[in-house]
Amino acid sequence: MKYALLIYNTLEARDSLTPESRERIEDAFAQALASPAVSSPVRLAAVETATTVRVEDGETLLTDGPFVDSKEFLAGLFVLDAVDLDGAISVAAQIQGKRTGGAIEVRPLE
Amino acid sequence: MLENVFRNEWGRVLASLVGLLGDIELAEEAAQDAFAVAAERWPREGAPDNPVGWLIATARNRAIDRLRRERNLAEKTRQLQSALAYQLEETMEETTTFEDERLELIFTCCHPALALDARVALTLRTLGGLSTEEIARAFLVPFETMSKRLTRAKHKIRDAGIPFAVPGAHLLPERLGAVLAVVYLIFNEGWGADRAELSNEAIRLGRALVELMPDEPEGVALLALMLLNDSRRAARVRNGNLVLLDHQDRSLWNEAQIAEGRALLERALALQGRGAYVIQAAIADLHLDQPRDWREIAVLYGVLARLTGSPVVELNRAVAIAETEGPETALEILDGLPLDAYRYFHSTRADFLRRLGRNGEARIAYVRALELTQTEPERRLLEERLTDLWPQSPAQWEEFWTFTLNELKESIENESG
Repeated sequence: MKYALLIYNTLEARDSLTPESRERIEDAFAQALASPAVSSPVRLAAVETATTVRVEDGETLLTDGPFVDSKEFLAGLFVLDAVDLDGAISVAAQIQGKRTGGAIEVRPLE
Repeated sequence: MLENVFRNEWGRVLASLVGLLGDIELAEEAAQDAFAVAAERWPREGAPDNPVGWLIATARNRAIDRLRRERNLAEKTRQLQSALAYQLEETMEETTTFEDERLELIFTCCHPALALDARVALTLRTLGGLSTEEIARAFLVPFETMSKRLTRAKHKIRDAGIPFAVPGAHLLPERLGAVLAVVYLIFNEGWGADRAELSNEAIRLGRALVELMPDEPEGVALLALMLLNDSRRAARVRNGNLVLLDHQDRSLWNEAQIAEGRALLERALALQGRGAYVIQAAIADLHLDQPRDWREIAVLYGVLARLTGSPVVELNRAVAIAETEGPETALEILDGLPLDAYRYFHSTRADFLRRLGRNGEARIAYVRALELTQTEPERRLLEERLTDLWPQSPAQWEEFWTFTLNELKESIENESG
């Protein structure tokens, strides 16, 4: 089965990251992404660069910022081919264990 | 006959079908079909020699028919397709012995990716064979709510790929813990609300687990714990009033269940079990002795508190300490606990205060416990205690008024301050 692993972060964790933990996290991701089971890795630019688009009555409305305005934000994602949910959870847990905050959401693809 | 087979074998039949079809909803439909065919045929033609094998084979064939019919209407999931391909090649013998796959099913239903209330409901539905209606009634929620909860859980299992498997060694302790927690929660739900059917169901599930994993000390201990507690059921309520352990009519205790529980506890200990359920079963065992060994009980609650970090366990330790060292020491243990929303916290505190002669504070604590109580027998017990606390001598009346006036003064000061 294919799962999307959605990597969420918090502003607090992001802004208090030390170079050492950044390196450790990068290593964990590099290791996961090297696996042939992983595809479509996407790394999003800073959440501050987001623009949200709505259309109401034919008029395009823009908001500066992400759709969900909160201290948590989507930082990136990749697709994982795993036998079952437990397989996907174990990969997510391996990465999350090295991170300093946030969480990873595991969502099956349709 | 059929009703018995249904009660006893629904879980096995269903588990085998889930294993084949990879979808609980479809498996349920097929199992129901098979039981319906049995209800029609068995009275007429007699029951088959191997009723479980017959039911599974019939259900499998029904499921295949159904899939054939629906194949053109809608393309089902990948698993179903492969199940069908596999099945079409194989001729089904009613005498085939099927592997017991209930363990796989219970690990699926108790997977921590499901919400706890969904795990509980699903386990009762799939392994216990309770109807949605029965589960809804047992948990006092509308039928629609329970039905949605079950459907949502079944769909998540299918769509998110929650495995139908016994977890590997590295995951097993954690996942087994989740399974045991669900079973114990079902038991306690039945115990607290005096709903015997739920407690009995939990004991049945516990028995199945011990049968399937005979060498897991925590599973064995959980069954021991449930049996030992449940043995006092008949003595626990008299004329709708809750009877505390020391006042219970011991001739109403179920001796056979106590013996079985104690033997299981021995077995769990022999299996080197030292986990939370083993300790709890040992405590339940000690509670049945007369007189009770409060010192040993306090020690075991201490071990359990370190193991679980649970403030409720600390509360129970305080109850034991009140017996060995007096209510004053026990009250000190209580005062640090974050249990303001827990009714037993307030009733226990009230009890200690009453024994210390601090009647005014005791009354307030009983009232707080009453506010949080949901069952009628408990309410009556607390009201009785509250009535007993009404002043009965001039000295007590004086204490009452002094306390009440002080409370009043304090609340006025708090409001104006």
